Amino acid sequence: MQDPDAFDLGGFEFSASSHNAKEGGFTSKLATKTGTTISGVIYADGVVLGADTRSTNGETVADKNCEKIHYIAPNIYCCGAGTAADTEAVTGTYYVYFSIFQLILILKGMVSSALFLHRKSTLRESRVVSAQSILKSHLFKYQGHVGAALVLGGFDIHGPQLFTVYPHGSSDCLPYATMGSGSLAAMSIFESDYKDGMSEDEAKLLVARSIRAGIFNDLGSGSNIDLCVLSRAGTKYLRNFEIPQERTYIRAEGYKFKTGTTVINKRNFQTATSTTTEPKKIL
Amino acid sequence: METYDAVGENNFNPSSYHGNHTKQHATWSPYDNNGGTVMAVAGEDYVICAADTRMSTGYSIMTRQYTKVDEMSPKTLMASAGFMADAATLKKLLKGRCDQYQFANNKPIGCVAFAQMLSNTLYMRRFFPYYAFNIVAGLDAEGKGAVFTYDAVGSYERTNYSCQGSGQQLIMPVLDNQLKTVSPLVLPAVSSATPLSEEEAIDLIKDCFATAGERDIYTGDAVELFVMNKDGIRKETMPLKTD
Repeated sequence: MQDPDAFDLGGFEFSASSHNAKEGGFTSKLATKTGTTISGVIYADGVVLGADTRSTNGETVADKNCEKIHYIAPNIYCCGAGTAADTEAVTGTYYVYFSIFQLILILKGMVSSALFLHRKSTLRESRVVSAQSILKSHLFKYQGHVGAALVLGGFDIHGPQLFTVYPHGSSDCLPYATMGSGSLAAMSIFESDYKDGMSEDEAKLLVARSIRAGIFNDLGSGSNIDLCVLSRAGTKYLRNFEIPQERTYIRAEGYKFKTGTTVINKRNFQTATSTTTEPKKIL
Repeated sequence: METYDAVGENNFNPSSYHGNHTKQHATWSPYDNNGGTVMAVAGEDYVICAADTRMSTGYSIMTRQYTKVDEMSPKTLMASAGFMADAATLKKLLKGRCDQYQFANNKPIGCVAFAQMLSNTLYMRRFFPYYAFNIVAGLDAEGKGAVFTYDAVGSYERTNYSCQGSGQQLIMPVLDNQLKTVSPLVLPAVSSATPLSEEEAIDLIKDCFATAGERDIYTGDAVELFVMNKDGIRKETMPLKTD
């Protein structure tokens, strides 16, 4: 029997693995696996990333407007498909708090944190290949159990770059890329209308169209389109760039209930302070 | 110290490699789930039977315009969700039986008799069922709205409203809240029809489908409402979200 503590296994807890092996293996049913359409394309001066905003849990929609384009570095963003927890843990998000004295930045996520520290020690801009190699070595180490399928895009000293990273750790460097359950629908748009050296507007419309193909033809994808444009000029995060469809019917009078629908059995009012003995009359 | 064996034990077995053909089809199933939501609401002198028109398998849409509601006789509507191949076969069989009834009795089958026939037909396949979840809606001999709701093997009940299919869990509590009335079995008999007018019921049904379409990936594209009253059957269609 192997002693899990004897090995460097990273940040995960493996103490139950020998028990699970005896029970015939462990299958996780708890994780939210998002059906997704994500894509990206390289144009003349940069990269455009795109994603739908539906998060599913089996056949029900868990979130109608979630964010699937994750922050890696100011010049690098990453779209995530697969197990939601894994894509979020492996890429990154950031929160900014304004305290009285200073601006506080809180970073979450493996690659964004690693690149942040690397930038502070080298005083140089992060490179897309750094993110790509951290991601793929992490994913390979976990042999596909960390279920993140990613489209990674960024702009650094080598210009615009676009990668796909698969859950088992393989990766491709491509001019246009798609991932997730809607990847075939999205790829059909790129395969028919991609061309080299597009303008920013052309690229944005092509990516939006590829995501729309996923939204309407793949049941795992839906709701709105998010875009992210990365170029020498900087990064534009275009949240809800397109809302392709609104609800078709709303009940005019809504749902109103008569007072007394819920029967009140007992009323008891008490004041919060102990000085008054008489209950304060509220109604 | 032991080391990790990345490959694990050598499980290669030449005899199974060269073809254990019985195991190859172990995962095949005669059933599929094509999703979709059907519902019906009965009033004092009307009945509405409604269904969305999406038919899907897995993450794919097969068609956006599949009608799940059928007119089985002038007084009987039937809507099915679940496995559409079984539902279509079942309806074909039942339509033939309705024609036979017409020839034998020189009148169309009523919805109460049809409801019993559907139950019998489903139970005949007790151990290899039609994977279809049905609702029968119609006007009974007195012209009152009637809804019959089924499981896959023929257990059924007359109710005033029902919902089946992929959006059932989302819609049924809303119907309970808005339409629940006294039991039809209570004595002395009280009318148990829904208190809503025909227009109010249509409004509620449309809102139910629009809501279910927001959260259930198998409900969408359009909803068809078949409204039956003393004037006959009228069909209404409303678009739903197509994502």
